Parts: sequence; C-alpha cells; structure tokens
Amino acid sequence: MNYIPVSKQDKQRMLEIVGVKTEEELISKQIPEKVRASKINLSDGVSELKVLELFKQYGSKNKSSAACFRGAGIYDHFVPAAVDEITGRSDFWTAYTPYQAEASQGTLQAIFEYQSMICELTGLDTSNASMYDGATAAAEAALLAVRTSKKNKIAVAQTLNPQYLEVIETYLKKQNVKIIKIESDEKTGAVNISDLQNKTDVDTACVMIQSPNFFGVIEDMQALSDIAKSKNALFAAVVNPVSLGLLKTPGEYGADIAVGEGQPLGNKMHFGGSTFGFMAVKKSLEWKMPGRVVGKTTDKNGRTGFVLTLQSREQHIRREKATSNICTNSALNALAACVYTAVLGKSGLKELAETNISKARYAFNKIKNIEGFTPLFENGIFFNEFVFKTTKNIKKIEKELLKNNIIGPLSLAFCGKKYKDCLMFAVTEKRTKNEIDALTGIIANVK
Amino acid sequence: MNKILNEINSDRETQIFDCDVENDIALDEKYKRKNNPNIPDLAEGTVVRHYTALSRKNYALSTTFYPLGSCTMKYNPIINEKIASCAKFAEVHPLQPENTVQGNLEIMFELEKALCEISGMNNFTLQPAAGAHGEHTGLLIISEYFKSKKEKRTKIIVPDSAHGTNPASANLSGFEVISLKSEPDGTLSPDKLKEILTPEIACIMMTNPNTLGVFEKHIPEIAEIMHANGSLLYYDGANLNAVMGIARPGDMGFDVMHINLHKTFSTPHGGGGPGSGPVGVKSFLKDFLPVPTVVNENGLFKLNYKNKKTSVGQMKAFYGNFPVLLKAFVYIKSVGGNGLKEASVQANINANYVLNLLKDKVTVPAGNVCTHEFVLSSKGRLGEGVRTLDVAKRLLDYGYYAPTIYFPLIVEEAMMIEPTETESKQTLDEFVKVLSGIIDESKNNPEAVKNAPSKTPVSRLNEVEAARNPKLRW
Repeated sequence: MNYIPVSKQDKQRMLEIVGVKTEEELISKQIPEKVRASKINLSDGVSELKVLELFKQYGSKNKSSAACFRGAGIYDHFVPAAVDEITGRSDFWTAYTPYQAEASQGTLQAIFEYQSMICELTGLDTSNASMYDGATAAAEAALLAVRTSKKNKIAVAQTLNPQYLEVIETYLKKQNVKIIKIESDEKTGAVNISDLQNKTDVDTACVMIQSPNFFGVIEDMQALSDIAKSKNALFAAVVNPVSLGLLKTPGEYGADIAVGEGQPLGNKMHFGGSTFGFMAVKKSLEWKMPGRVVGKTTDKNGRTGFVLTLQSREQHIRREKATSNICTNSALNALAACVYTAVLGKSGLKELAETNISKARYAFNKIKNIEGFTPLFENGIFFNEFVFKTTKNIKKIEKELLKNNIIGPLSLAFCGKKYKDCLMFAVTEKRTKNEIDALTGIIANVK
Repeated sequence: MNKILNEINSDRETQIFDCDVENDIALDEKYKRKNNPNIPDLAEGTVVRHYTALSRKNYALSTTFYPLGSCTMKYNPIINEKIASCAKFAEVHPLQPENTVQGNLEIMFELEKALCEISGMNNFTLQPAAGAHGEHTGLLIISEYFKSKKEKRTKIIVPDSAHGTNPASANLSGFEVISLKSEPDGTLSPDKLKEILTPEIACIMMTNPNTLGVFEKHIPEIAEIMHANGSLLYYDGANLNAVMGIARPGDMGFDVMHINLHKTFSTPHGGGGPGSGPVGVKSFLKDFLPVPTVVNENGLFKLNYKNKKTSVGQMKAFYGNFPVLLKAFVYIKSVGGNGLKEASVQANINANYVLNLLKDKVTVPAGNVCTHEFVLSSKGRLGEGVRTLDVAKRLLDYGYYAPTIYFPLIVEEAMMIEPTETESKQTLDEFVKVLSGIIDESKNNPEAVKNAPSKTPVSRLNEVEAARNPKLRW
C-alpha cells in the first residue's frame, strides 16, 4: 500500500521536465554520496486488509472499555456521539493551524467559542487556544508567573498531581527557579494553611494549588488565594473542568491563572494522551500568556470574522524572546471539548457535576461500610475521587476486579511509604449503580 | 455569517444524564459556584448544525491541495483514523495494570525500533507532544549531558534560516542563542561556523534539508568541526520527508533529533494539533531520555523508570500522544520500508517538477534543484504594489490553500512550496497554471489580486484592530 497518485509514465514525464533521466540522478544532484543510505530495513508495505488484521491483534492484547474506577488525572467520562461526529469531519481534522484566516473561519470560530467557554467555566477573562496537557499547562503557568513577577520562587502544594510536579520541575530546571512544596494536613488531606503562611513571602512569584487535589480533596481555595494575595504572589489554580459545574470558580476566589487537564471534557482516555491542557488568565496577564489566541475582528466589508492574534508574543515572530516555544497545540482535542460543552450547556454541566459527586458519594458510603476499609481523610470533602486505606491485599483486589471486567482503584504505593496501603477510587457519571455495587461486592469478599 | 454559539437561544429542556443513585449534592456554600456559566442549553441538532456549518468554512487537505511549505501536508490515510478510534485503543486508561495494555506497549516498542531504523539514531522517547516540545526535550538532554561531564556550555548556534521554535526552545532550555548567518541558499559555511565556535557552544541546531529545501552538502565537515570542538549536533526533523531511505540524520553525524510524526508520518494536523515529536539520540545519550521508556522483558512489555535519576525528567503526563503514535505506526506498517523511500523520492520529484515549471516566472534564490520543497521570491516579479501576501490570498479564491509565506526570514517576499508525494501530476499542473495566472494578473489587474480573497466566507480581516483591541471571548 502506498498513497502516491503518480503513474510510472507521469513520473517519467516529470523527471524529463526536471531535466534528469532517473530519480537516482535527481537525488545524486542534491544529496552527497557520502551520507546516502540505500534502503530502510523494515518489512514491505501490506494491504489495508492485512493492516487491519494486524492491528486487531495488537488491540486484542489490551483490556479496553472495562468499568474503570481509575482517575489520577485522566477520567472515564461519557462522550456523546455528536462530539465524534463533529471532530470526525475531515474539514476539521485535516486542516492546518489557521494561518490563512479567510480559509479557516470554521476552526477559528470554534476556537473562539472554546476560549469563551473556558472563560465561562473558570470565571477568568482570557483563555488561550490550548496547550499539550494539564501537566504542561501547569508548567507554563509557573513560567508565566515567574516571567511576569520577575521573582524566582514558586510555592506548590505537595498535593498537586505528582506528574504535574515532575513536569514543572523539568520545565523550570534551567530557569533558576526555586520550587517550595507546601505540605498538607494529615487529617483532612487539604493544604496546611500555616505551612503556606510560613513558606511564602514577598519573593514568591506564585502559589499553585490543585482543587480537587490529587487525592480528590476539595480545597478552601478562597482562604489559600487570600494568603497568596497577602504576599503579593499570583494565585494559580489547577482545576478539573467537570467539577466547575458545581464548584466555586477560580475567578470567584481571585485566582490570576487557572489551568488544568481538559480530557474530562469530551475526550476519551486514549492511554493518557492526546489530550489538551487549558489555560485562562486575568486580563492583565493576557499579553504574557503562552500559546495561540483567537480574536474577533471584522473584514473589509464589515463582516465579523476571526483571526489568530496577539501573535507578537509567539515564537514565529519573537523567536528566543517569545513567551513560549509552543507552536502545534491540541486543537482537535480542544474542539472536542468545545462541542462537548456546547452539547451539555450550562444545565448539562451542572447535571454532570452533580451526577459525578452523587455517584462518588454513593460509592464512598458503600466502601466505608466494608470491613478493612477506612477513609484516609477525616471529613474529607471530595468531588469524584477519594482515597481509602485498606488492610486487604491490594494485588488480590486488582486481580479479582479484573476478572470481572473492572479496572479497580489505583494503588498509591508510588506516592511514598505512608500511602502503601492506600487505594484511590474515581467514580464518574459513567459508572452505573450496578458497576459500583459489583465493585464493592467483590472487594468486600477479598480476603 | 454563522451566529456565535452564545447568540443562539437556548432551545433544550431535557436532561443529558440520568443518575441511577440518589442525588447527593449538599455542599458548604463556600465551595460552590454562585452563577451558572453563560453557555446556552441547546438541542443536539442545533449544536450539530452549528459546528457542521462551521466546518464548511475551512479549507482542508481532504478537499484541497495544501502546498504549505515546511508543514508536509500529505494525505492522511483514513485507515489510520479508523484504527486509532477503535475502543480497543481509545478506551484504555493510562494507569491500567501493565498486563492489560500489552498491545499499546508493544506498538510503542515497535515504533521506537522503526524510528531508529529510519533515522539512524539508537533510542527514542515518544513522550514529546509536538515538534517544539521535542526540541525542548532534545536540548534539555544536551544540557544534562554536559552537566554530567561537568562542562559549562551555555550557548547554542541557530542559523538565521531556522524555524522560530528553534531559538524559542533554546531559550526555554536555558541556552543563549548565537545566530549564524547562512549563505543565500540557506546552507552553512564551515568557515563561518569555525569563526564563531568557542568552548561554550553546546550544539548547533540544523534543519537538513534546510528551510530553503537545500540539502546541506557540508554536513560531514560540519559534524567533524562540531565534534572536534566537543559540541553536539541537533537535527530538526521538520524536513525528514525529503530523506527517508535516502539519507539518515544518524549517519550524517547528528547526535539528537526530533521527528514530527504529524508531518512525515501522515498523521493529521487537526487544525493545530495534536502532534507528536519523538526525540531520538545516539547511545551515549540514552540515559538522559525522559522516563518512562518501554522495554521488553522476556516477551512482556514494561514501562521502565530505571533512568529516573539521570533522565531530564518528565516532559508531559504519561507516555506521549498515543493515538498519534498509533496512526504513525499504522502508516509505517501500511507503506513499509519500501514505501517510505518511495514517498521521499516522489516528494522530491514533485517539488522539483513544480519548481521547474515556475522558475521562469519567479526568482529562485536557492537554485534550480531542490529536495522536497523550495522557496521562491516574488520580489520584483509582481505588478505594481502587489505583494506575496496578496498572491497567497488570491490563491484562496481559486480553491487552493496558500503556501507558507514570508518564511524563511532570509528571503524577501518568500513563498515556500511543499507539494508532498501524495499529489498527482494533474493537480500540480493545475496549481502551476493558477499560480502563474495570478502572477500575470498581478500585472494586468493588480486590484483583483490586492483585494483578494473575494470568494472565501470573509474577505481580508483586520488583524491590526484585532491585536489593538483584543476581543478574545464572548
């Protein structure tokens, strides 16, 4: 199989126009013999039918579409069929970045609507067109804070998703920025407010807090934001967009920057990527923001249209002085989020958040009654994810659940010794009562 | 003009979800949002009609020729999409037990091997999400390498013909950028390189073929000079489509490179992503790659975090843009090693063919032989007051997307054309005819060109106003 629509005869005619006899002659005119390779040692191409068979085999080695109670940043939400229909339109998925605005109004208007809906969800003024994922968006938020404040210290909650923390460390490694980690309260699982007070000062560029945090606990973001403000630091919120159908918005508690993983909005799990990150900021930070932005304007005849704008922040204009090196982002994933949010509307978003919290609480209450399971946090206030400590064998639990087509809770052993007996459960709107009952029934029976 | 979504009146009363457990939503007011977001409640049909109408305002590769230089807008095979959207791959959580994701891990393992074979590198990370993200990763690897050798190298050479992401990534990676002036055809002079070489230089970032579509003939010599200085060579894989099966960056002397799977390996651009920018290195750098990598332990594929200490760290959450990796792998399997070479050869033939048909109409600063793309300058070749931008806009009127314009920066009134191998002679002939016609038109009827486009959903948009008074949301 190849996708070249040129016959042998046409190829020969083209070579004649080029003024060579053979393709070999053409190549040798450009590429020196010394660095030439002869061939690629890979198997020859095969028919589409064969390819399909081959990938069926790969696919059969995955367990997919199981009842998934795992989250930790990527969640198994329902995606309405209309989302796939729109993102599956080749006018969207085979288009390039909308450089030629007049020929890209579809993509541009959709991004404008996406930006608007991110602003509505987060309560902030300006959103960019998307980033790679939640982790890189958080890292870019840290860079933005450092760049704007010209200070070189940031305070990050210990309860930030550990992968985000890793990526922030990678991104800041060469920027001479000190990362201070704020501890959490052992009992409630929320940020330790006095630790935040003690470890921040006027030299702190930003305070970054995730809510619901990595362990699912909803933080008192207003109180934390107030402390950041009192130290003249920017407040960066890492949020789950689905929770914002119900929870206080970053705008309401005075955040300067909101970032997060966009996957829960209309994107399937896809093994953790491709997804997209979102970033929204206060108006005053607009020109410092990384990434592409679409603006509304008019054409020569006064008609409304959309263009990429604020481009003098970007790498193709500013080169090494750009606010970021990002070029390709996650446009199609952001489009999925745009269509998804439009399908849900404000009522659907609220319903979605309420269904998540209701089902999560139902599961939480059932697990609480199982012998050998204790909630890790007292009075923990959670959204759709929570942690239990167990006396049971975690490997066995995983195995038993898998036998029943359930991807069970996540072992938190990787978070350190004190979490070695902990399991984190995510319960989205997609988990049915039957599935939750099956899960609790099975783990109750594990010895 | 389509309404903006929030201008459409709410027309839905029904619920979206049904909750089969008791509603349990009580929450302290201090945690709750006060106002609903301003997003209308629309019936599904209303939403689908809205976005379907928007989609029709896009020029896309599926409907038109997209001669966008440097972007490799080759046909995106449908089978890639079909396979990647299968539930077997799409509905998999990244933190599932390893024994339940053996298919995905095997694909990543095999893809890494294939990329090594194609590029001549020894190891790859599949984690970077785009080309610029790959550059960032690669430069951090170089930085960590010198740190491990306790060498203080703080500067990077970037030719003035390079993509803007190169200097931006260098800056993000903590390097100072030293710009190297290229020759008129975009190539580098080994002598000029020697002049600016100091012990502080960590590496040179090169695109080969360069952004003018010219293969760097002095590359063996440049590699020798850099390595003798203790410096490394970084290969920007944006133009890899020119050389598959013909020449390998690894054999040319490059130590680190990234590949844009969304260019060379036929995965779609999605209107601006998602992409994928795997980074390849020579063996001596493999311990610095981001973790995890995929290893095969007695037939069982595993995520390996062993190099966490020496690694540059994690570049994004999880393992990379898996669906993009998968689509690229489907492509490699479909066309095979032989097909990849055929693709590059035909891409070269197509570009040279168009170049030769156009060369008398325009100025070709880099000569009459190119690789897979070429840059022309329309300076002095158009009618009074007509600019390259106008020609680009006029092409839209004829149903073509425009070539890349005003890049590379070293060519005045530049227009960069990359036909790719998946366009027929007939398509190219028609395009040449139209472009030549517009050049003539710019002299006979300059206003028609300057006022273009007139057949698109909107005419030329006021970008100055958009930036001066930004309206970035409803």
